[in-house]
Amino acid sequence: MSEPLLQVKQLNKAFGALQATRDVSLDLYPGEIHALIGPNGAGKSTLISQITGNLPPDSGEILLQGEDITGLTVAERAQRGLGRSFQISSLADELSVRRNVMIAVQAIQGSSFRFWKPVSSDASLLEPVATILERLGLSDRAGTLVAELSHGERRLVEMACALALQPRALLLDEPMAGMGSEGTARMVKLLSELKHEVPILLIEHDMDAVFQLADRVSVLVSGGVLAQGTADEIRNHPAVREAYLGEETT
Amino acid sequence: MTSLQNRFNPQALAAGLVPQSREHWINVLLVVGLVGAAMLAHFLGERFYVNLASRIAIIAMAAVGLNLALGFGGMVSFGHAAFFGLGGYVAGISAYHAFNMTPVLGIGFMPEGSTQMLSIWLVTLLVSGLLGLVIGKISLGTSGVYFIMITLAFAQMMYYFANSWPAYGGEDGLPIYLRNELPLVDTNHNLTFFFIAAILLLISLWLSQRLMGSRFGAALTMAHLNPVRLATAGIDPRPVKLMAFVISAMIAGLAGALYADLNRFVGTNMLSWHFSGELIVIVILGGVGRLYGPLAGAILFVLMETWLGGVTQYWQFWLGLVLLGVVLFARGGLMGFLAGRSKDV
Ligand SMILES: Nc1ncnc2c1ncn2[C@@H]1O[C@H](COP(=O)(O)OP(=O)(O)OP(=O)(O)O)[C@@H](O)[C@H]1O
Ligand SMILES: [Mg+2]
Repeated sequence: MSEPLLQVKQLNKAFGALQATRDVSLDLYPGEIHALIGPNGAGKSTLISQITGNLPPDSGEILLQGEDITGLTVAERAQRGLGRSFQISSLADELSVRRNVMIAVQAIQGSSFRFWKPVSSDASLLEPVATILERLGLSDRAGTLVAELSHGERRLVEMACALALQPRALLLDEPMAGMGSEGTARMVKLLSELKHEVPILLIEHDMDAVFQLADRVSVLVSGGVLAQGTADEIRNHPAVREAYLGEETT
Repeated sequence: MTSLQNRFNPQALAAGLVPQSREHWINVLLVVGLVGAAMLAHFLGERFYVNLASRIAIIAMAAVGLNLALGFGGMVSFGHAAFFGLGGYVAGISAYHAFNMTPVLGIGFMPEGSTQMLSIWLVTLLVSGLLGLVIGKISLGTSGVYFIMITLAFAQMMYYFANSWPAYGGEDGLPIYLRNELPLVDTNHNLTFFFIAAILLLISLWLSQRLMGSRFGAALTMAHLNPVRLATAGIDPRPVKLMAFVISAMIAGLAGALYADLNRFVGTNMLSWHFSGELIVIVILGGVGRLYGPLAGAILFVLMETWLGGVTQYWQFWLGLVLLGVVLFARGGLMGFLAGRSKDV
């Protein structure tokens, strides 16, 4: 196997007495989907937030392409290629879909201190935005305010924002939650295509989707890694079946 | 339906295919109304009203500055009097030394002031930008109520400093014996001075329009609406906000320099927290984050102050009622009430 793109090493994070992340290590390799599963409150979102820099870890290291990014800000990590989606979508509701995606395109062009040229007629922004919206099937929603979108559409816009960054690694926090079976199927198809462009760390509760998509799986329970391995290994792992899958599958 | 689609189609917008919005016409009306009123007052010989129009233009300009920070950047500065007053003192101090032919601040190598508005404006932009950089840098480390309080604290420091510095009048303020000058025109002519103020107001409006339409404006808007989204996109919100704060301070400072020349006087009242508060009220009245909101707000505020203030000393009670009405029932302020909700592309 090649070098891991993203490495998390012995990460720890406590909220007071609650150990939300306990000695977590995991790798994300090029071309793979690495699923992160575990019961509610296991610390999955907290882990993603530490990787992206929204939360500082108490100890441990995060490496992106071998480079230590633990001390960098959220923006610096994003510039280096970390794209993410939030469990509770975080967009500007008051702005159109186009405007929300445009800011990410603007960011990778590295040009936010330009004061004169209007963005509303700037083809170097509008064209990439249009391409991404097309890919996600959002073209006819481009001018709609995010506040008016359905739950599933908001998730797609989050994806569009993450993709607009042309990320090196994607961190997706329950991208298909509440999407319905049709939306989930579309998202599964999209992710299975995407993983060849960019590796994905995927938090997901839908076990069918997880085992359809994931190359490898980490199981998180009470902040710690209970098991880590290929999808097949995890499916048949006795402790996992007992601690987690047993509740979900029959 | 097609017109709605056109409105959201940037290419069509850029090509001017979309009929101008109602907001556009209200903006034009506000400007034409103000200029028309000043000219009418001039031809009727009503000097007081010409100066009142100048006052509106200048205060509107300061509010345009604040709107950039407060309305577009979401930074509730309760200290913009610091920049307004600083601009005023630059004009006053410069004229004072030019008149007495002494070096500025009494320091030997400094120039002997100037009565040229152009030099005064340049210096004003420079020093208020610098002050904005310092205050902004420190204040942006905080947010919410703390941001409000720390900006207020800086302005109050300036206020007490000016109050206790006898060289430039202290609490008595500093008169400007002759209005500062511009090449080719007579600044002592009331209508001429109004046009100077109106042109600078229009320039600052046009500038904020360009700014908010640019990439910088897009980043600032996102820094206000959802800083986490901006950072997630790879743009650090802090420098974007700081830059907006500095530009905002420069515009407010320039307005202050004009205000001192309008009144031929600069006093500590220009630095007082009352004025910072009035600017916030004007921005809210006009419509937070609406380009021409500050002009609408300034017209309403100054007219209420002048007319109601003449009828009853409790005019601020009525102002309070109007403000309450705006906050409760017309969230977009006067502009929201007149032109409907704002649109983005
Ligand atoms: N900012 C915070 N302060 C205090 N406790 C927190 C904070 N964020 C998360 N927690 C706690 O940390 C634990 C892990 O939360 P986290 O959101 O990471 O779980 P999760 O695995 O993503 O759960 P879910 O599947 O419900 O999304 C939970 O007990 C949660 O209450
Ligand atoms: Mg979660």
